[in-house]
Amino acid sequence: MRQPKIIVVGGGLAGLMATIRVAESGVPVDLFSIVPVKRSHSVCAQGGINAAKNQKGEGDTTAKHFDDTIYGGDFLANQPLVKRMCEAAPGIIDLLDRMGVMFNRTPEGLLDYRRFGGTLYHRTAFAGATTGQQLLYALDEQVRRHESEGKVKKFESSTFLSAVIDEGGVCRGICAMDLRTMEVKTFVADAVIFATGGIGAIFGRSTNSVVCTGSAQSALLQQGVDYANGEFIQVHPTAIPGEDKLRLMSESARGEGGRVWVPRNPAEKRAPKNIPEAERFYFLEEWYPKYGNLVPRDIATRAIHRIVYQEKLGIDGQPAVYLDVTHIPRETLDRKLEGILEIYEKFCGVDPREEPMKVFPAMHYTMGGIWVNAEDQATSVPGIYAAGECEYQYHGANRLGANSLVSCIFGGGLAGPAAVKYAKNLQAGAESTASSVFDREKKRQEEKNQALLTQDGSENPITIWRELGDIMTEHVTVTRINKNLEKADAQIRALQERYKKINLSDRTRWSNQTLNFARELENMIILARVVTVGALARNESRGAHYKPEFPERDDANWLKTTRAKWANNEVQLTYEPVDISLITPRPRRYDAAK
Amino acid sequence: MADAKLVIVKVKRQTGPKEPARWEEFSLKWRPSMNVIICLRDIAENPVTRDGKKTTPISYDSNCLEEICGSCAMLINGKARMACSALVDQLEQPIRIEPLSKFPLVRDLTVDRQFMFESLKRVKAWIPIDGTYDLGEGPRVSPETQEQGYPLSNCISCGSCLEVCPQVNEHSQFMGAAIISQVRLFNLHPTGAMNKNERLAALMGPGGIQDCANAQNCVHACPKNIPLTESIAAVNREVWKQALLGWLVG
Repeated sequence: MRQPKIIVVGGGLAGLMATIRVAESGVPVDLFSIVPVKRSHSVCAQGGINAAKNQKGEGDTTAKHFDDTIYGGDFLANQPLVKRMCEAAPGIIDLLDRMGVMFNRTPEGLLDYRRFGGTLYHRTAFAGATTGQQLLYALDEQVRRHESEGKVKKFESSTFLSAVIDEGGVCRGICAMDLRTMEVKTFVADAVIFATGGIGAIFGRSTNSVVCTGSAQSALLQQGVDYANGEFIQVHPTAIPGEDKLRLMSESARGEGGRVWVPRNPAEKRAPKNIPEAERFYFLEEWYPKYGNLVPRDIATRAIHRIVYQEKLGIDGQPAVYLDVTHIPRETLDRKLEGILEIYEKFCGVDPREEPMKVFPAMHYTMGGIWVNAEDQATSVPGIYAAGECEYQYHGANRLGANSLVSCIFGGGLAGPAAVKYAKNLQAGAESTASSVFDREKKRQEEKNQALLTQDGSENPITIWRELGDIMTEHVTVTRINKNLEKADAQIRALQERYKKINLSDRTRWSNQTLNFARELENMIILARVVTVGALARNESRGAHYKPEFPERDDANWLKTTRAKWANNEVQLTYEPVDISLITPRPRRYDAAK
Repeated sequence: MADAKLVIVKVKRQTGPKEPARWEEFSLKWRPSMNVIICLRDIAENPVTRDGKKTTPISYDSNCLEEICGSCAMLINGKARMACSALVDQLEQPIRIEPLSKFPLVRDLTVDRQFMFESLKRVKAWIPIDGTYDLGEGPRVSPETQEQGYPLSNCISCGSCLEVCPQVNEHSQFMGAAIISQVRLFNLHPTGAMNKNERLAALMGPGGIQDCANAQNCVHACPKNIPLTESIAAVNREVWKQALLGWLVG
């Protein structure tokens, strides 16, 4: 029997879980990553991972986790696979526990759980406030073990450029560029799993890492892979503003009792500690008495925008509110939140144990992504699978905190075996594909590089990127207004034109980061259009997508999934029904118990 | 109009591992909360030296920009540290930026730290689980063990501890403090402890723990405040115990 071969692109949680599952089944894996996989963006996840283990005697169940996730996502997610994920979550925690993750413990030696947004239960397992880092390391270690046994081969300084797709429209491998030699090469595989993360970089500054550009997703879109619900992105309510990055202050700060407030008096001059309780406006607690500071992120973000831009109550007239943990005992803070408090201290020079933090919302998570089917993470192109943040399946119109890590591991765990099964069932494996198919793709990519390296122009890629980020942040994040979205799309088109005149200030062929960035930028601009055009079309408000002109959710017209294609330099949208077979949509409100 | 505040940055450049090194100086516009990453980005947007000469953007590694991915370690004013958390206002100018010197250079500030990941393989830094299928919960772990293990598990493989260690040089294969500390982490986990001896044995060979000369620079350089010298002492005791046992049993 022929031995199939699988490629995984992306080494965060989803990619590593897929890799482990494939390696376990005895099939060799090539793992591609821009950075050494231990440095992937999953390390930035802070607060925890959800699973209804009901270890606090609250009567939590996987059915309640399922309902919270669907409700939190404003009924846009297809339900059956979300249900399976919630049912699998307790087993995923067990697996991570067996892998040695240093989860926080109760005195009995069991895993401890905390509360997170959008639920009334203690459902979130955590390792300090660096849970993503700890989980990623656990999977990284397992992959390293498989690597040392020769089952996994890593390409850790390589970037994906394009899929190799044959005449029959079947994926037969990938084309990648070595980021040191800048050499373009093709690699044969029977199936390819993409786990390439979020798209934060198209918003300029976000909570995402540098590599989260969405470039791979965009390249696939341009090759005929469908992209779904692109207009749904999550703006996290609490981040530290910065020039290079907006650094996340985890929801766990509120899960552990942190409170959000502003002075009632906009002209307040006293230090926050000297402002008496009665003169503080705990607006989330007042507006949402049932969930308080733990309303879902879209709700908290809009509330903060309302406080700053409508009520004009931002601290010192600035776009900022207090996130206050000073009332929590220092010992508890150090045991449960140290990681994030250190970030605040290091980057702001203020000890958040002593003084309330100043925070503001920031682009954080990509709910939309590569379209995948309802069974096993297969995309619209045979041989291509997707898992993790780069696909759209699990979070609907808004993701609940601590659901991302579980969706990455569940999706990756599903994609691995599915890709193996597909590869084993192929009549003719990728090795029988004509070499001309690979040569053609390689030539196409080399020509792009050659053009970029030789053309003379007047545009700097970083300048174009900054402008793209400004357009997207201003018009396509929290509040979306149709005429502004139209303007934004026109501006992005203009950037597409200017991109043609790009000039690389580095033309060498060794570790040329400018060339790689220019390639990513072209893809970012195209994906930005998918987000913008999708937002423009959807005339309703649902989850994180908010249009004051259409303030209500409109199930009659918009309870449907957006599917985008790219053709003739245009975004083409079609829609398909959402699978709501398990929970009937009902109004979503957080001011009372649901 | 008064001149905008300027930031002067000197960067050690090297186009490739076999090319000669040179210094370039840049004059940048100061901005609030500016860090070394912003300096490097500003140079990439306008790659012109202080004396007006056109140059290329600087090659460097970065990713998370919040000191948890371990990518952007470099020498800043002679000190091994993460560029993202190196705030310009806290640095003496001109700010001197160089690549880590203990790892093979790729280009400019980019180095190859693969050695650290290979070392993790050598010491089997993992819990050897049977498989990902459902085998129920893991072992119970006391809060005390968790509180000991969690800080060790914060190691971001940035390489700062190797950079400052006098024992890490071209004549040695010393794996360094980070790796020894990882052995301690896996050996204190109830399941990991079952393969304790394998990991200790890996530290007895060339590049192992006997190469440590107790300079204690590592613990001061670690950006994650990992108790590295404590780890070295603890693992050293275990290694001796095992060596002695091996000798007694013969």
